[in-house]
Amino acid sequence: MSTVSTVAILDYGMGNLRSVAQAMRTAAPDVNVIITGEPDQVRAADRLILPGQGAMPDCMANLRSSGLLEALSEGAKNKPLLGVCVGEQMLFGAAEEGRSHGLGWLDGSVVRFRLDDAVDHNGARLKVPHMGWNRVKQTRDHALWAGVPDEAYFYFVHSYYVQPNDELLTVGVSDYGHSFTCAVARDNIFATQFHPEKSGVFGLQVYRNFASWMPN
Amino acid sequence: MLTKRIIPCLDVKDGRVVKGVNFVGLRDAGDPVEIAKRYDAQGADEVTFLDITATSDDRDLILHIIEAVADQVFIPLTVGGGVRAVADVRRLLNAGADKVGINSAAVSNPQLVAEAASKYGSQCIVVAIDAKRVSRDGELPRWEIFTHGGRQPTGIDAVEWAVKMNELGAGELLLTSMDRDGTRSGFDLALTRAVSDAVSIPVIASGGVGGLQDLADGILQGHADAVLAASIFHFGQHTVQEAKTLMAAQGISVRM
Repeated sequence: MSTVSTVAILDYGMGNLRSVAQAMRTAAPDVNVIITGEPDQVRAADRLILPGQGAMPDCMANLRSSGLLEALSEGAKNKPLLGVCVGEQMLFGAAEEGRSHGLGWLDGSVVRFRLDDAVDHNGARLKVPHMGWNRVKQTRDHALWAGVPDEAYFYFVHSYYVQPNDELLTVGVSDYGHSFTCAVARDNIFATQFHPEKSGVFGLQVYRNFASWMPN
Repeated sequence: MLTKRIIPCLDVKDGRVVKGVNFVGLRDAGDPVEIAKRYDAQGADEVTFLDITATSDDRDLILHIIEAVADQVFIPLTVGGGVRAVADVRRLLNAGADKVGINSAAVSNPQLVAEAASKYGSQCIVVAIDAKRVSRDGELPRWEIFTHGGRQPTGIDAVEWAVKMNELGAGELLLTSMDRDGTRSGFDLALTRAVSDAVSIPVIASGGVGGLQDLADGILQGHADAVLAASIFHFGQHTVQEAKTLMAAQGISVRM
């Protein structure tokens, strides 16, 4: 009696959608994966992925002008929603970058790394963007961590990160100059600063978990 | 802690991976998809493709290659070579590239870097710098940048150029020593360190790797954030895993 579940990747003109779609298809071959800019298709989908790359003000502006915001807002109330990179940042409220305001669905802010004086143990500067593979410590259990070892490596490329006001939102942290939140979750929402679609087998595992996730 | 990256580089010409010495004398090294998959399996942190196709006629081949690789390899892909306009950046990103390298076009039109970074984000704009030492022995070291595959001098100071590209919005620098490229005598560590310490964005050291210790030296002495090599991996001399084992033994944080 089961029907094929549809995962909609929101196409609002930002981000590497092809890689997200291909990772989702590879991780969960039984799922119907679509890249769409049509509100009706977003409404009909069972699960939503909000990607995002580049500057958050641009992503917010594009999302608002895409016509998808209403369908996304409706879906975010009860459908499993996965935010990736700037797609995570947009779920929060105030952002430093260009004084742009995010969606405000999660309580907190988006701030820039300030590492001007920081060096590694070898005396080399800590660069921004934070670019490369870093360990993710799982601070809370979550269905999307199933099969992913604690302290597994994920691929990051970003200059900003989220600071939740409620620490219970944080489900994963990483360390770059200082500890920072790199994965958040609440109810039917899960979002990561890192790119699971570029993080090899454990990244694919996160997508596989998302495909079958049944939030309470 | 952020790990240092090892990036195998695939020079692509007419749809095949090739490797030359000092930008001439190309040898066939195999199929791009198969090689990228092999490096992914070995633990490569990213893969870089440089399109060295001589004419623009066959340029679109690289798009199909990137699509084919991105369908099967789930680590970051950088593509450079022949990027002249913001539209080129867009086409490569749409094909599945995560980062796009801009080299000669940045010199003739620095605003291209600013435009591309503003449109797609600094995180996907890599400025490739080909530098050659121009100071004599005994003088303070000085490097200038060269374009068009290393054939054309520009008179521009490499460190000043790196800082300018950083300011214009580049998210990363791919720094190649023209003197060392293909020689297997190690990175130009003084160049690497001078540039890396001068900028606030990550620097990939390139050009001259002949053995695994060269990679470690690029990090420890050159202060590079990532190291790029081609021939030591293509022809089976070493695996990425061996490189990481050696680097870890010298206290470098790597993803194992």
